[in-house]
Amino acid sequence: MIQIKDVTKTFTGKDNTVEALKGISLEIHQGEIYGIIGMSGAGKSTLVRCLNFLERPTSGTVCVEGKDLSMLTDKELRETRTHIAMIFQHFNLLMQRTVIDNICFPLEITKVPRKDALSRARQLLEIVGLTEKELAYPAQLSGGQKQRVAIARALATNPKILLCDEATSALDPTTTKAILALLKEINQKYGITIVIITHEMAVVQEICSHVAIIDEGTLAETGTVEEVFQRPKSNAAKKLVFQKEGGRYDEMKGKRCIRIVFTSNSSFEPVIANMVLTCKMPVNILLADTRDIGGVAHGQMILQLPEETAVAEKMIEYLKERKLEVEELNNYVG
Amino acid sequence: MWDNQTILMIVEGTGVTLYMTLVSTLIAYLLGLPMGIILVVTAPGGLKPNKIIYKILDVIVNIVRSIPFLILLMLIIPFTRLIVGKSYGATATIVPLALAAAPFVARLVESSLLEVDHGVIEAAQSMGASLKTIIWKVLLAEARTSLIVGATISLGTILGYSAMAGVVGGGGLGDIAIRYGYYRYQADIMIVTVVLLVALVQILQMIGTKLSKKLDRRITG
Repeated sequence: MIQIKDVTKTFTGKDNTVEALKGISLEIHQGEIYGIIGMSGAGKSTLVRCLNFLERPTSGTVCVEGKDLSMLTDKELRETRTHIAMIFQHFNLLMQRTVIDNICFPLEITKVPRKDALSRARQLLEIVGLTEKELAYPAQLSGGQKQRVAIARALATNPKILLCDEATSALDPTTTKAILALLKEINQKYGITIVIITHEMAVVQEICSHVAIIDEGTLAETGTVEEVFQRPKSNAAKKLVFQKEGGRYDEMKGKRCIRIVFTSNSSFEPVIANMVLTCKMPVNILLADTRDIGGVAHGQMILQLPEETAVAEKMIEYLKERKLEVEELNNYVG
Repeated sequence: MWDNQTILMIVEGTGVTLYMTLVSTLIAYLLGLPMGIILVVTAPGGLKPNKIIYKILDVIVNIVRSIPFLILLMLIIPFTRLIVGKSYGATATIVPLALAAAPFVARLVESSLLEVDHGVIEAAQSMGASLKTIIWKVLLAEARTSLIVGATISLGTILGYSAMAGVVGGGGLGDIAIRYGYYRYQADIMIVTVVLLVALVQILQMIGTKLSKKLDRRITG
């Protein structure tokens, strides 16, 4: 569906140049919900703008549905963009138009007759659950409602791809959940490929099937969300996996800690309790939480091991025998 | 002194002033609106950046804006004669008025359009909107409140300029104020014309403000 190959993007200013993307290759398949995650300034927003050529890559190719975007004429590019919808962090609705006219806007661009456009727009309002707001203006809506209008507007032209640029970053957690659920429903019902740009791991965990981690303009890691969450390889990935609202776990600094991941089939046995009984030494649980990844519960736990190396080794052995993912966090700084 | 003739003269003068102001503003917008749009579109980082067009237009606007109106008025007398056939009277005044106001209008339009949220423009681009669509349906439509405020400012300013044209026999209230109030020391006529000019600006301003508020959808309720 989307192939990105060796894409670089350099912004040249008056007295400095910024390399926003340093050679990124990705492949996104039909029907996936693909998360692109990174800290702010990592280049993820630039990357998503390269997917519809709002930003032209400095080098490299972007192919959408087999078409190399750089080979298209302006007119062909505009035509292609009608298949690649986009929603934004700040919604970007036309403030001087009603909700229904906002949804009709892309249909005006594709020259759909007004009557057909209106009925399509009403149908979309029903999908996003805002039928009664048809004649309201954006200024009268809440953030979540505005994003629903933006989603309806994005879907108006029956796009094959939906790009979401930090679409939930300006929303509160409850609204975020609702919007993500709506996106998931759209993906499943209409088979629209969704690309989600975010800095929040929680968003990726909630709905993405695949994830790419962008760090300082390079691709740090890709894989299914499950893989990356269970076995984050790069530092950037680890940072994101351990990130949690309200700060990170600095207290692990300089201590011997391990991280274990439980999957649904490893939660029957009281592993930690048994381990403590077997080894006759206590461990300190620094972090334990469960996350829902693609509908399957995953637990993670960070343990501070006893100082005696022999006991610590024995504990790691014990956990590994029980087929848990065990990973040492050497001086990990969250 | 306040015979029918004087009153008639003042009423007529008011009409002439309005005629000059409205027609000049209209022509100034016909010239200045496209100029403002081109400035925004061709500016560095604009929708279709073009250094040469931008720079040329930018310089022209600055040059015309920096020439004092009185000087411009006289400077372009040959041009005025070419267009309306004479260099005095209300219609002849419209030429320099419109010409002087056009760059001013261009700057006002430019600043109004620059206020439009870049994100909304980006959203339109992402939908495959053409430049024409973005200009008409995004830039001008979203900036309409600000454009109306700008037009109101233009009307007031052009009305003030039109009074200046009285110096060269331009007609209208300014002309009356200079001929009777200044040259003939008729203070009462001077005061009446000034009051009328102030009232006209007030009314125009009020209509403009009302209209822009009424057409603004960003305010809830």
